[in-house]
Amino acid sequence: MDVAVFAHRIQFAFTVMFHYLFPILTMGLGFFIALLSTLEILKNDPRYGAAARFWAKIFTINFALGVVTGIPLEFEFGTNWSRFSAYGGGVFGQTLPLEGVYAFFLESGFLGLFLFGHGKVSRGVHWLAGMGVAVGSLLSGYFIVATNAWMQHPVGYAVDANGTLRLTSFWEVMLNPFAGWQYLHTINGALLTAAYAIGAAGAYYVLSGRHPEFGRLSLKIAVIAGVILSLTQAFPTGDMNSRNVTDYQPVKLAAMEGLLTTQPNAPLAIIGMPDPATARLIDPLYVPGLLSYLAYGNSRASVKGLDAYPKDVLPPIELTYYSYHIMVGLGTLFIAQMLLGLFLLWRRKLESSRWFLWTLMLAIPFPYIANEAGWTATEVGRQPWLVYGLLKTPAGTSPTVASGETIFTMLGFAGIYALLAFLFVFLVGRIIVQGPDEASSH
Amino acid sequence: MTLNAIWFWILGGMLIAYSVLDGYDLGVGSIYLWVAKSDDERRTALNAIGPVWNGNEVWLLAAGGMLVVSFPKVYASGFSGFYLALMLVLWFLILRGVSIEFRSKLESPLWRSLFDAGFWLGSFAIALLLGVALGNVLRGLPVGADGTFAGSFAFTLNPYALLTGLLSLTTLAWHGANYLRIKTEGPLQERSRTWSARLYFLVLTLAVLATIITFWVSPTVAANYHRYPVAWAFPLLALLGLSWGFRSRQAGRERWAFRGSIVTIAGLLGAAAMTVYPNLLYSTVSPGYSLTIYNAASSQHALRAALLANVVGMIGVILYTSYVHRTFSGKVHIGDHGY
Ligand code: HDD
Ligand code: HEM
Ligand code: HEM
Repeated sequence: MDVAVFAHRIQFAFTVMFHYLFPILTMGLGFFIALLSTLEILKNDPRYGAAARFWAKIFTINFALGVVTGIPLEFEFGTNWSRFSAYGGGVFGQTLPLEGVYAFFLESGFLGLFLFGHGKVSRGVHWLAGMGVAVGSLLSGYFIVATNAWMQHPVGYAVDANGTLRLTSFWEVMLNPFAGWQYLHTINGALLTAAYAIGAAGAYYVLSGRHPEFGRLSLKIAVIAGVILSLTQAFPTGDMNSRNVTDYQPVKLAAMEGLLTTQPNAPLAIIGMPDPATARLIDPLYVPGLLSYLAYGNSRASVKGLDAYPKDVLPPIELTYYSYHIMVGLGTLFIAQMLLGLFLLWRRKLESSRWFLWTLMLAIPFPYIANEAGWTATEVGRQPWLVYGLLKTPAGTSPTVASGETIFTMLGFAGIYALLAFLFVFLVGRIIVQGPDEASSH
Repeated sequence: MTLNAIWFWILGGMLIAYSVLDGYDLGVGSIYLWVAKSDDERRTALNAIGPVWNGNEVWLLAAGGMLVVSFPKVYASGFSGFYLALMLVLWFLILRGVSIEFRSKLESPLWRSLFDAGFWLGSFAIALLLGVALGNVLRGLPVGADGTFAGSFAFTLNPYALLTGLLSLTTLAWHGANYLRIKTEGPLQERSRTWSARLYFLVLTLAVLATIITFWVSPTVAANYHRYPVAWAFPLLALLGLSWGFRSRQAGRERWAFRGSIVTIAGLLGAAAMTVYPNLLYSTVSPGYSLTIYNAASSQHALRAALLANVVGMIGVILYTSYVHRTFSGKVHIGDHGY
């Protein structure tokens, strides 16, 4: 591959993957903070209020990093992908300003009220501000996912005489059939991650014997939410996403599943290493017919394998396959872990099962890994297309930017982001070590 | 007015709103190290912008998004043409945002001085670079037949653009000082007033100088002001703002000073918009290659859809932004919450 194209891709992939680490928690925690503030009022119990304030501290730091790392992405559509923007800006660009207008303004305005409004606004308005933050974060997810969904499955456009795209239907772009499930699955993944964060903190406090009451409350919330969310992550949201991929991007499906040859009664590969050279999986473990069943609701249906497509429209197979399997594998483990937690909670053994609390505390990186792996499967599996079926990735780059410039800025981002990551871990670590206000731990 | 022209003025309006709103917090940042000396004063200055700075920055993002959808070719050509300069802007935006949010998280004086410097440097550089970018657009760019150009660093930093950069820096710094006069009390307010008065004369000098030189440097200005005499309203507006600024140098006239800098910024940017209209990126290679509001625009359908969707949302934004600003109006006091 051309160095210039490669540099643009690496920089975009790196900056978007780094950015996404933060929205995951913003979207997830925003919801839980709003929930805790509501419970505080409904149950008139200050413990919920203290928990909400504790998480709001972490939310603020996380939010700040989400903001500063999000701005580069919006610029990069122009700086690094200028031919893509000139080609389809009038169509996919519809959702971009709306994200600012309908979500970011709401989010930042209400966050200001929520954090600085103590004593200036009534309790009711303060509660509303918390809801505004949660709704704003959840909405910003929709607009950007709809932008991405359009790249996965372009709709609402016609090709102009000069080869660029022209909008034919605003609502088709906004209500892209690909976007709905993709959005629900993404948000669900964010909520699940927040449940894990709450659970990990709860486990830490119970294990270390500090703020045990806050810890117990957190564990309970985390396990109950976690069971529901880990299940809905797989069904219906994950499953419906697979069906969308089956319908609209069958090559990606074959790559994700490692299905190298077309076959009826297609098996689902649980593990195994795809070897494109010999067109087979090495050391596989299969469930016969399951893939046909998941994709078409019929275990005899024939599923097209990678051999059914010309070489020049195949995505990178290994990366797509492994990242997809990492996501699904982790998702299965999350379900198992959370069900176990629920069982322990039911038997009133959750707080005394130290081995389980250790697994919950150490599990915190894995929902992040699952989220990033899911996006990698989605985006790498879309290759070689930038806009599916319309524009190939190398045709979308900026012609006036030299590869040396992109390599230089890529290194700059790597350095800056390493520093940001360090600061983030340091500051959040301090808040966790300090623990919640005393109100909750007496 | 055609849809294309409406979009030109919406973008102009968004940039004015951005410069007025984020302008005062950028301005506070660029004089911060000198007006706010003790730790308490610095915290006061930060809390004066605390609840609003992030929302103010969203005007830039929303404007960027609107540019993508209305004039995608301009977004593509301009952003890739100024690649390195924009990446620098991004890094300063990161530095600034992180500095504001992290500065008061630790008691350590060393930690705080580090992020104080970061807040200053980020604000100063962005206020300067925004003006440099505007200067380059006013002067025209080497846009080729394919609608693209490559703006090297040396090219970007030409003397005229540096002048508009300085004008932008001093105007926003003045605006920031005026804002602090309203939000603070005591020695901090007194120092802000001194800075406001000092900066005022620099702004006045640079504004007059830049206006004259623009008539010499810009290829489009003379014809435009001849063709649309209403355009003169903008420089007059800037003069009105400057005159309010002059009358309110003494203590006790804080509100007029702030109104003065708002009107000055709006006037200057409106005048700049009138200078290029209907071009967005004027080509110095051949006028025929210029990207205008007609040849760089999305389809009429896209413009209409985006107009409706964004205007409806912006009404809501204006309503609750004013509510947030009203809630936090008045003097700031540092307490347990905030920075
Ligand atoms: C906690 C994170 C997490 C977990 C446990 C799972 N996923 Fe996922 N998945 C995501 C987080 C995620 C994601 C990061 O949010 C993605 C990227 C794009 C998207 O829509 O969601 C994604 C994408 C994604 C895609 C690709 C969509 C596309 O290419 O457009 C499919 C088919 C699935 N998921 C299916 C599943 C299934 C069947 C799971 C069963 C357990 C599962 N995911 C667990
Ligand atoms: C936050 C979650 C996301 C992650 C982790 C992610 C990840 C990636 C990765 C790994 C690539 C490189 C693929 C390759 O070159 O082989 C990529 C490319 C890209 N993605 Fe995403 N992506 C995310 C969301 C989005 C969204 C929401 C959009 C659009 C609005 C988007 C637009 C793009 C573009 C324009 C490219 C570059 C062209 C390309 O290589 O296909 N991404 N992304
Ligand atoms: C190419 C893709 C993306 C672009 C261009 C982008 C752009 C941005 C920008 C400009 C901001 C700063 C907003 C502000 O100043 O308030 C931001 C923050 C945010 N983004 Fe992204 N983003 C992308 C991917 C994503 C994805 C995939 C999601 C979620 C599904 C997401 C969710 C958020 C959220 C919730 C915030 C609020 C701040 C935070 O989370 O910490 N973004 N994004």
